[in-house]
Amino acid sequence: MLDKAGFEDWLRELAGQFEIFGPKANDRGIVNWQKLNEGELPDERPGVPKGSIKTFFFPQPETLLEFSARPGTEDAFIPHEPGTEHKPRLVVGVRPCDARSVVLNAMPYEDDPYFHKNRQNVVLIGLACRQGCSTCFCTWTGGSPVGTEGLDILAYPVSRGYVLEPVTERGASLVESAGPGNDATGAELKELEEIRSKAPSSLPETMELAPRLREKGLMDLYNAPFWQQLSDSCINCGTCTFLCPTCYCFDIQDETLRGKGRRIRYWDSCMFPLFTLHASGHNPRGEKVKRVRNRFMHKLKYFPERFGPLSCVGCGRCVRDCPVNIDIRQVINELLAT
Amino acid sequence: MNPYLPYPARIDDIVIETEDGNLKTFRLVLEKKDERDSWNHVPGQFAMLSIAGKGEIPIGIASSPTEQGHLLFTVNRAGVVTTALHKMNVGEPIGVRGPLGNGFPVDTELKGKNIVIIAGGFAFTTLRATLIYMLENRADYGNITVVYGARTPGMLLYKDELKQWQERDDLDVHITVDREAPGWTGLVGFVPTIAGQVKPSPENAAALICGPPIMIKFTMPPLEEVGWTDDQVYLSLENRMKCGLGVCGHCNVGPVYVCKDGPVFTRAQVQKLPVEF
Repeated sequence: MLDKAGFEDWLRELAGQFEIFGPKANDRGIVNWQKLNEGELPDERPGVPKGSIKTFFFPQPETLLEFSARPGTEDAFIPHEPGTEHKPRLVVGVRPCDARSVVLNAMPYEDDPYFHKNRQNVVLIGLACRQGCSTCFCTWTGGSPVGTEGLDILAYPVSRGYVLEPVTERGASLVESAGPGNDATGAELKELEEIRSKAPSSLPETMELAPRLREKGLMDLYNAPFWQQLSDSCINCGTCTFLCPTCYCFDIQDETLRGKGRRIRYWDSCMFPLFTLHASGHNPRGEKVKRVRNRFMHKLKYFPERFGPLSCVGCGRCVRDCPVNIDIRQVINELLAT
Repeated sequence: MNPYLPYPARIDDIVIETEDGNLKTFRLVLEKKDERDSWNHVPGQFAMLSIAGKGEIPIGIASSPTEQGHLLFTVNRAGVVTTALHKMNVGEPIGVRGPLGNGFPVDTELKGKNIVIIAGGFAFTTLRATLIYMLENRADYGNITVVYGARTPGMLLYKDELKQWQERDDLDVHITVDREAPGWTGLVGFVPTIAGQVKPSPENAAALICGPPIMIKFTMPPLEEVGWTDDQVYLSLENRMKCGLGVCGHCNVGPVYVCKDGPVFTRAQVQKLPVEF
């Protein structure tokens, strides 16, 4: 257990080793991931920050390769791996749903060297949820408000400060570096137990969705009649895919400027018609209904068939920020009823 | 190993294949000897051709793994990268990332079978690789029948090789063009029509079909009429791709990735998938 002052000191200590990030409100009150300055603690308001933590593992954009774009030089247009290294990062105030998304994304990214390098470079300190929000449903997707998957340390917020639970070895050695801290009082231990026991009950009742959706027929779900109606209101803005922690699709493009070139990848969205457009003009998902269906089917059926769990952590960002109120929970219920 | 880093290569030769100049075959040689020596692919696989500053494109490998020392890619000029490639000259640097995908099961399911290759237009490229491979290992296969068609005689690929194949007596080759053309003495008619006339026997046989979707659609009924089933028919799908590794999400057809699980699927497999290709 560290009281707030002790936690601050600890972060100050760690700032020598890491760049420190956490949820922080901007001048309009929107909480998002920002660098924390000395003495700043993560914003603890219930719910998740605007954007997901995929930004730390899957930066926007990420340089894959670099090359000289000066014709005539010997190595012109022959790409090589980028040499730049950046300081290790420590992210505090990570909600368990966000942390779990890293574990899920690691499944398709198994052989991706950039993703793994980022994982080695980023330490996650979680913040247990005292209560869910109206848009939260981690309990439907295999997660928990006090889950530890993907985290190095889980911090439980108690009145005086935080009770730290190390999860990984590297988390344990960081907790050790904090020193003995304060002894938790009986009241604080009670608070901790209350978070553990009561937080899940503030959320929708736990469901084992992945096996239930896995056993449904692929084409039965694909041909379900509700897709058309659902997609009618979608405006293909892509907000859901950009805010979603488990939307990991990307585009690769080359850019050159003043004799230097790089190949970058950046977030792409299956909501956009260009995503699947062939050079011939043919588009296999040219219609909106096909794109809307693809996004949900990928999360709830295709991904589970390949990897087991849903590609969704129930953070509720897509529900919170969809401009036309499309709700993945309703889609799940429709699929279960199909 | 970084799967996004292409092998450096050079353009060793360029052949203009078709009368419209839109299809060229590029012969590429990997720059490093160890990479050249360790390269191995299965006919039907593809690679990403990488032009730094322009981007990458997935292209089927038109050469057989038995043709050592170089790789062939027949490329239709269509988008940004292929247009840039068509403007390049012999000796210029290029990158190759691969081989990617699964390829035709030439050393497993297809071994010992009678093989029927049906191709239309410029989809012949990986089937050329397959045919060359089978001819190099001729004893491993039964009868080999080829039906290949293009719009006009000038749009046929690999014209010199087609002549050589027609002269072989261990190969049954039917080359056709869509309509009569001056100087053309060969078959005239669409590929499905010619396939219907050839009536290949389905007994202990497999068909490898590549071509425009409409050609595949009309080729199936005459085959089914003589007893072919969907699990004997191998197709090669294509979709827009970026990574070629099953990660970036662009090429999925329902739960499968064309780049990683394909591009070769049996028709029986394709029939169980949404039509998103």
